[in-house]
Amino acid sequence: MKYGVVVFPGSNCDHDALYSTAHHAGAESVALWHKETSLPEGLDAIILPGGFSYGDYLRSGAIASKSPLVKEVVKFAQNGGYVIGICNGFQVLTETGLLPGALGKNRDLKFVCKDVFLRVENAEAAFTNTMKKGDILSIGIAHGEGNYVASDDDIKSLEDNDQVVFRYCDQTGAVTDASNPNGSINNIAGIVNKQGNVLGMMPHPERACDALLGSADGLHIFRSLAQAVAAV
Amino acid sequence: MANQNNTVNGKELYSEIAVTKETGMELGLTAAEYDMICEKIGRTPTYTEVGMYSVMWSEHCSYKNSILQLKTLPRSGANMLVEAGEENAGLVDIGDGYAVCFKIESHNHPSAIEPYQGAATGVGGILRDIFTMGARPIAALNSLRFGSLDTPRTRYLLSGVVKGIGDYGNSFGVPTVGGEVFFETCYTDNPLVNAMAVGIVRTDKTASATATGVGNPVMYLGSGTGRDGIHGASMASKEFEENAEDMRPTVQVGDPFAEKVLLEATLELIDAGVIVGIQDMGAAGICCSTSEMSAKDGAGMEVNLDLVPLREADMSAYEIMLSESQERMLAVVEKGKEDIAKAICDKWDVPIVQIGTVTDTGVINAYRNGELCVSLPAESLVLGGGAPVYEREWKEASYFADTSSVDTNALKTDVANDKAFWILLSSPTIASKRWVYEQYDSHVRTNTVQTSGSDAAVTRIKEIPGKALASATDCNSRYVYLNPYRGGLIAVAESARNVVCSGARPVAITNCLNFGNPYDPEVYWQFKEAIRGMGDACRKFDTPVTGGNVSFHNESQNHAIYPTPTIGMLGVIDDVTKVLTAGFKNEGDQVYVLGENKRELGGSEYVRRIHDKVVGQTPELNLDTEHALYQAILECADKQLLQSAHDCSEGGVAIAIAEKCVIGEQAIGANIRGIGTDAADFFGESQSRVVVSVSPDNASSFESVCAAHNVPCTNVGTVGGDTLIIENLLSASVEEVSKTYYETLPGIMAS
Repeated sequence: MKYGVVVFPGSNCDHDALYSTAHHAGAESVALWHKETSLPEGLDAIILPGGFSYGDYLRSGAIASKSPLVKEVVKFAQNGGYVIGICNGFQVLTETGLLPGALGKNRDLKFVCKDVFLRVENAEAAFTNTMKKGDILSIGIAHGEGNYVASDDDIKSLEDNDQVVFRYCDQTGAVTDASNPNGSINNIAGIVNKQGNVLGMMPHPERACDALLGSADGLHIFRSLAQAVAAV
Repeated sequence: MANQNNTVNGKELYSEIAVTKETGMELGLTAAEYDMICEKIGRTPTYTEVGMYSVMWSEHCSYKNSILQLKTLPRSGANMLVEAGEENAGLVDIGDGYAVCFKIESHNHPSAIEPYQGAATGVGGILRDIFTMGARPIAALNSLRFGSLDTPRTRYLLSGVVKGIGDYGNSFGVPTVGGEVFFETCYTDNPLVNAMAVGIVRTDKTASATATGVGNPVMYLGSGTGRDGIHGASMASKEFEENAEDMRPTVQVGDPFAEKVLLEATLELIDAGVIVGIQDMGAAGICCSTSEMSAKDGAGMEVNLDLVPLREADMSAYEIMLSESQERMLAVVEKGKEDIAKAICDKWDVPIVQIGTVTDTGVINAYRNGELCVSLPAESLVLGGGAPVYEREWKEASYFADTSSVDTNALKTDVANDKAFWILLSSPTIASKRWVYEQYDSHVRTNTVQTSGSDAAVTRIKEIPGKALASATDCNSRYVYLNPYRGGLIAVAESARNVVCSGARPVAITNCLNFGNPYDPEVYWQFKEAIRGMGDACRKFDTPVTGGNVSFHNESQNHAIYPTPTIGMLGVIDDVTKVLTAGFKNEGDQVYVLGENKRELGGSEYVRRIHDKVVGQTPELNLDTEHALYQAILECADKQLLQSAHDCSEGGVAIAIAEKCVIGEQAIGANIRGIGTDAADFFGESQSRVVVSVSPDNASSFESVCAAHNVPCTNVGTVGGDTLIIENLLSASVEEVSKTYYETLPGIMAS
């Protein structure tokens, strides 16, 4: 299993993604510089990490979506390669059009960092195949713009096609307004594209790979993907 | 008209305006200081030069009114790799080839004028102090003080400061892991914003703020120089008058993205071995970095200000020298390695340009438009060199006799103790600061083991498996006001106690000394006495002072803040699996209070809230007793005898126990007895006390460790149920305790 982690100048979860995939998930993991115009050989998956890609003074992820390397990432995804966009990476994915919708400012207009619970909605995806539908994961969030919005048609299509992978829920798994940390439509925390090879999520699985830091639930995502890759 | 017909070595000096003593005084120098400058350089200074002296000799840069006192603090120790004040931040060896670099600094005045940018650039400044030494910042903390939240202005200041800290640190990518927020009316017009950062560096990869090697290029890195923040350092050295808002143009504006790329470029430059010396440009900008780096090892510099990247082309030498634009560094690069340096900066798109060269003359010469505008001995500008040093007059504060004669235990009230409990728990100083800390990314870099769940923040060190750092900021300024010596002792002791309650051994401190006008003898008495207390405590605990910052002139309309020497304490945990947390855990665990309640209500939150007074005697602190407590807890932690530990501070033992019920992952009740019957028993703030919980199996081992250290320990009850019962005080559902503790601050901020 070999990951490439995209490094924008303002990425700040790149080191964490590299560390967690290598140290905890046991994969090989390499950094990919944003100015590169090609991808190295042999990548099984690419992570677009959290952070503030180019400062994000404009719409988050907007500039990053036009960067040389991201153009290659888009091709990689279009050819069926696995891509995970975490937090800022999710924002970048919506800007590229690989995923529908957009991430707006949090409902209460404040940055929020806390541990949240996620309910697994689709356990058939490449990113969730070691989980069961209804499993509850504890994974942290940290964002100012994580309020998932999309057109009614897009939401309907996401729901109809089981593309909603994770929803914010409470400790018991109930999807409630109180457990929605940012105002996302239908408590959406993570989605996949129609083909199922691109995942975007606001919570940070790379931060939840070590019980010492509070949770190792994020590892399930990396383990699922390793299984999906091995199955090919 | 500009030329004063001044020459140096036959070269004419250019001055933008003719300088007189009045010019110097308008810029904040005293008449005597102006005369001293003329005498030192043997001529009238140019306008740029007098501006340079005014910032370099301001308290902020020169410590002229504080250095004699600071020198009484223990400033060296076995593990310190640089002595306090020698570099941009302290450096402590933690073994295995790594050192921790840490420092705290104030940004009070800018934050009072413009809370968002003031706080943001405070964070930016302290982060640069860390990475300019080659260390990567791995944790940030802060200590914030505001007036009463009853006023919209204070709520605006709190919101702006928190957003400023969050936006900067979150984008930069440093976890903000801990801190304190304290509310008291003396801070209404002059809030305190003290920012601390902690970094880690390999001991063979540290950088120094020096300029050596004749002919080495002086390189400017980072953002362009603009007109923001000119005279920020001098502004910080004055009191506020009523027109503080007019000073907004002196506040710098932050760009965390620029700081992030500057961080990466700086660390790569240091790692590549091309750097001779490097210093960040914060207060007093190019003026400060050129003179301090040169003076450090007796070098000089020739600097062409025309080469400095400018945001506005027509800036004068004076403006360029004094600008405090953010996200800039000055580096001396080894000659011949400029291309390597440029390649690294190009990679990160960080502008880098040579603006001068190192000389051996000891003189800073600076040119603008071909004219020599500055020709000054570097040494004459800096602390430890030509900057003046003053012993200020002091006298015991006139209030002291009155406040200390009040018998706080005899004050009468109609407020019943159970009512008082809820008033205290919902006091913004005591209630949970979750509304604040949830706006900070506390987890980036995946090292954060504990934040609010422990008395100190705990950060693991990936580079040294098993090891972790504990850090805490603390100061109860009411104690310092009522007795500066004891208050100084307690500020150090309480921060050490916090670190110990996380299972860490305290190793060193950094301090941020926020006081009023040092020219007021009563303020100077507070300063001197507080430092005496801090010094005694630091010597006893073997926690040397690695550096820090002095912020005087925290006054508005002739009203000084309470003296606030904020302590940033660093501790080391050798086995991260033995970290202690604060909250109760299991049904049936036994609750103990370590230490003795001497029924002291002086300066307490109780007297403040119930009697609306800040009076009485600051609690006593016996250093031997305190130190024995640390030894007992650390031995218990090492033997894994404790389920939880939380120190008694504001609100006393009753509040400490209530907090323990709701701080953990799950709220849990407790049945507590034998604490006493009156307010002094429940809410007294005697020092050297910690509340712990112990599983029944470990109770006897725990008791023998306490006995071996002569630390009194009293079993006061049992953990369990969903009710908090404190005999003779109250019985309340844990849910209600939790609601009050967590929902008070959001409720106030939503109003």
